[in-house]
Amino acid sequence: MENNFLLTYLLLTPLVGGFLLLLIPSQKKQFIKNAGLGISLIAFVISLIIYFNFDQSKPDFQFVQKFVWIENFNISYFVGVDGLSLILVLLTTFLTPLTLLSSWSSIQHKVKEFTFFMLLLQVGMLGVFVSLDLFMFYIFWEAMLIPMYFIIGIWGGGRRIYASVKFFIYTMLGSLLMLVAIIWLAVFASNELGYFTTNLLELYKIGPNVPHEIQKWMFLAFALSFAIKVPIFPLHTWLPDAHVEAPTAGSVILAGVLLKMGTYGLIRFCLPLFPQASIDIAPMMSILAIIGIIYGALVAMVQKDMKKLVAYSSVSHLGFVVLGIFSFTHEAMQGAVIQMVNHGLSTGALFLLVGVVYERTHTREISDYGGIAKVVPIFSVAFLFAILSSVGLPGLNGFIGEFLILLGAFKSPVLNSWWYSIFAASGVIFAAVYLLWMYQRVVFGELNTNPKLDHLTDMNARELIVIIPIFFFIVWIGVYPSTFLNISDATVSNLINQVLNTPLSVVK
Amino acid sequence: MTELIYLTVLLPLIGFLINGLFGSKIKNEKIIGTIGSGAIGLSFIVVLLILIETLGKPADQRVTIVTLFQWMKVGNLDISIAYQVDQLSILMALIVTGIGFLIHVYSIGYMHGDKGFWRFFAYLNLFIFAMMNLILADNFVLLFLGWEGVGLCSYLLIGFWYDRKFEKSTTASAAKKAFVINRIGDFGFLLGIFLIYMTFGSLNFTEVFTAANHIPVDESVVSFIALFLFIGAIGKSAQIPLFVWLPDAMAGPTPVSALIHAATMVTAGVYMVARCSIFYAMAPTIMMVVAIIGLLTAMFAATIGLVQNDIKKVLAYSTVSQLGYMFLALGVGAFTSGIFHVMTHAFFKALLFLGAGSVIHGMHHEQNIQKYGGLKKYMPVTFITFLIACIAIAGIPPFSGFFSKDEILWYSYAKGNFLFWLIGALTALITAFYMFRLLSLTFFGKERFDKHHVHPHESPKVMTVPLIILAFFSIVAGFIGIPEVFSGEGGNQIKNWLAPVFADAHSKKITYGMPSHFVEILLMVISVAGAAAAIWLARHVYLTKPGLADQIANRMKKGYSVLLNKYYVDEIYNKLIVQPIYKVSDGFLFKFTDVKIIDGTINRTASLIDLFSNNIKRIQTGVAQFYAIIMMIGIVIALFWIIVSLI
Repeated sequence: MENNFLLTYLLLTPLVGGFLLLLIPSQKKQFIKNAGLGISLIAFVISLIIYFNFDQSKPDFQFVQKFVWIENFNISYFVGVDGLSLILVLLTTFLTPLTLLSSWSSIQHKVKEFTFFMLLLQVGMLGVFVSLDLFMFYIFWEAMLIPMYFIIGIWGGGRRIYASVKFFIYTMLGSLLMLVAIIWLAVFASNELGYFTTNLLELYKIGPNVPHEIQKWMFLAFALSFAIKVPIFPLHTWLPDAHVEAPTAGSVILAGVLLKMGTYGLIRFCLPLFPQASIDIAPMMSILAIIGIIYGALVAMVQKDMKKLVAYSSVSHLGFVVLGIFSFTHEAMQGAVIQMVNHGLSTGALFLLVGVVYERTHTREISDYGGIAKVVPIFSVAFLFAILSSVGLPGLNGFIGEFLILLGAFKSPVLNSWWYSIFAASGVIFAAVYLLWMYQRVVFGELNTNPKLDHLTDMNARELIVIIPIFFFIVWIGVYPSTFLNISDATVSNLINQVLNTPLSVVK
Repeated sequence: MTELIYLTVLLPLIGFLINGLFGSKIKNEKIIGTIGSGAIGLSFIVVLLILIETLGKPADQRVTIVTLFQWMKVGNLDISIAYQVDQLSILMALIVTGIGFLIHVYSIGYMHGDKGFWRFFAYLNLFIFAMMNLILADNFVLLFLGWEGVGLCSYLLIGFWYDRKFEKSTTASAAKKAFVINRIGDFGFLLGIFLIYMTFGSLNFTEVFTAANHIPVDESVVSFIALFLFIGAIGKSAQIPLFVWLPDAMAGPTPVSALIHAATMVTAGVYMVARCSIFYAMAPTIMMVVAIIGLLTAMFAATIGLVQNDIKKVLAYSTVSQLGYMFLALGVGAFTSGIFHVMTHAFFKALLFLGAGSVIHGMHHEQNIQKYGGLKKYMPVTFITFLIACIAIAGIPPFSGFFSKDEILWYSYAKGNFLFWLIGALTALITAFYMFRLLSLTFFGKERFDKHHVHPHESPKVMTVPLIILAFFSIVAGFIGIPEVFSGEGGNQIKNWLAPVFADAHSKKITYGMPSHFVEILLMVISVAGAAAAIWLARHVYLTKPGLADQIANRMKKGYSVLLNKYYVDEIYNKLIVQPIYKVSDGFLFKFTDVKIIDGTINRTASLIDLFSNNIKRIQTGVAQFYAIIMMIGIVIALFWIIVSLI
């Protein structure tokens, strides 16, 4: 295995950069902002270098680097990317600079700390996506909670403490079971292999040997913490609170990347480690996913707060991803992967845009708005565009993901029923209802005379610079998705074969 | 030449981008209008040249696939942005670009002075772009892209005057309603696509239809495919039970009603079913469903049209009704007649709407026909062309509507169902009646408008010339489909042209015995005589004996108000579907399940832990002696435990 430093550089850039920022005096706000942006841009460039040198025809992990860390337990610093993680790494490095730029004027106090936490958060997220050692993965998974906790808790809205504690406890709860499962698995490995290890690649080989009954429990122990993160119904109630209270940048990262760690975890760990259990539990997970799709959409429909509405729409959209994962078809799984990116872009854009008007009016209540198309025409176009992307209009990104997922789920031999797709597809109708209805009440009609709207001005150049790159990719994925589908194609196809071809060697 | 078909898609897209991005800066209406119309005019020329080239080819070589690039490739799924140029798509493309061009030109006059002028042309171009994708696609996914794309444009254009009121609600609300109801149809369409992919392993037209034709497939599977696709068609083409969005779509500017909600987009469902004719031919039960839904819609909408007073509303219900005819044609296997009626209807209904627009324009945006009257002398061109359109839709020979409608009625009978013919023919009479009611109340009789404030005037040339061109085609377009009973074997041109498209479907279907020529001519005479009688009656009721209509309405109050209120369908849907969904979502799902049950449980657990730790934290007194005692107790217990386990 070659030793490649690129991923390590990628992790070190925001980490070292973030700590260096702490040395700068707090008063130099503008310099800190610029430096933070610069650091995140360097990370983006490094991830692009990785992308261009990545061999898409191979399903294996590339850019692998490994150092022994705790020798006695065979725990190492072990990183690498395959198609699945690469695409999420790119999403992370792409969104981070945009969120920093979007907070340019909305974050005024403790700028240094904010930038520091954002960069630290990036380290955590990237670490989760590139770790190939379960122990290391777990550390990043937990570590990432801390900056997010502070971002909501310090820069959040009125009920920020309640929301951040809820977020923290919810996620902690899930992770504890995962830790138990990781240790159990490593111990099981020491029986099979003769030595204790948390090396994911070695565990991939022995995971399927876990006795069938135990496999289910292992699967569930892992899946619980991922399900909370996704979130899968009924573990979603932390999300609306966290979103509503978080500052815009926090919401964008939360929706854009953090939720994807849940679905990423399911694909990366649950499926290949416990293939038999995954297939057994697939119908149950799919049903929960579909409940999430419909439930999330219906509850989103009745929300009065724009951010809360978008938050519940995430529950609905992520349901599609989970359904795609547990359909075990090439189409649906690829759809799930691309849909993770899509959701990051379109929901990220929605949060950014809600942030734009919130910064000016300090209200997110839908009823406080109305008829603003006349006052803010550019915003109105951008908002509609993000909504169309989110409702899955063909030609934009959302359609590609939803279509592939539903198509794959429909013909899935594992699910083996049309009903999953039929129910899930109804989410497509509801998405149009809640998003267009919100749009109508906010943007159309006669101008609301609410004094809060007096200071409403159209998007400025900086805000356009933030949103245009996202729109660019929304169109690109919609019109020419191959660029992105190709990244994960080999990985996904390999994974599906791996799961479906697991021999039923285990005693039932 | 055929390879250049992509220009017909690209040019409208370029027009959209120019006007959409720079329109607000250009400001000059002439430039914006020229760019918008020019893009469509050029596309029309391209299609025309392709038609000429294709006519020169032998009938079995008239299908060309033009592939641009690969769109999605995952597993077995391989979808390209590729266009299928064949007899059916060329015909549709001619209608869309030809009538589209005329309506663009007309709009330069109609939208003059509107501050959203550039936006309007941008949207119209985007619509043509989407519509061309819809009709030219060589696979289901690209068709679906166009399908949803036209839905989006419809949404944008219905809500074009987004700050205006519309009836009891707003234009924005009407726009959303259109989009959402179309999505219900799209939901069915999507399921159809999934089932096609699962059954045939492809979504490419040629591959799927060839497979369907040659590989034995379970009839129930094909029936489901046909049914799912038809649900999509019901949404887009406003059939029972999803027709409710189309009358509300009249909230948009009138050229939009003409282009999107009469001539082109709403016929997309008919086109799609015709394109998939093979599935329907293999699923006779679903064919029957299509025919019955079409027939019921035709009748149902026509009765509503009888009493409406908004000029655009009458035309809207008339459109729903005429679309019903087209589905009746498809349902009885007369695919060619269905498409033929799409074409003739496109001419005369676009003409009717544009004529209505001209009247509205001249009457200072008044749309109530009870406040018109005697407009003939003020707007002669509008009057003459409107009259032509009315004759055409009423089915009087030799105007275009006669040929297409009569052919549909004839096949309904020949299919062996007298009832189909009877209801269809009755609907034709009703149609003739309400159209001439509209004509009489608008152009004849007493002038019922306030002459001090309203000064009716003829519209400018840029609007009347398109009317004249459309009127010309409303008269002559029928001649390409003269029934063989008159033109002899092989004399029906459009039938010959489309024959290869429907050949497979026709070979699958049970052929029906053809009743004699005598019967055909007899039925024709009956329906024409009936239409003529209905026209006379309309003039009698509304012109010769004014006041008679009110008397009748008074005598049948209940029936009249049911019709006037459109059978209360909107109200019923609202009570039975919309309100319950909202209430359940808000009261049960959100406020109860989400807040009380799920979040409540979690918060209660949290406060339990809180309670526990609040008590347990008292142990942390900070008094060293207390800690020492606890430690001692601990050691004693540990020792005790060790001793016990040792013994």
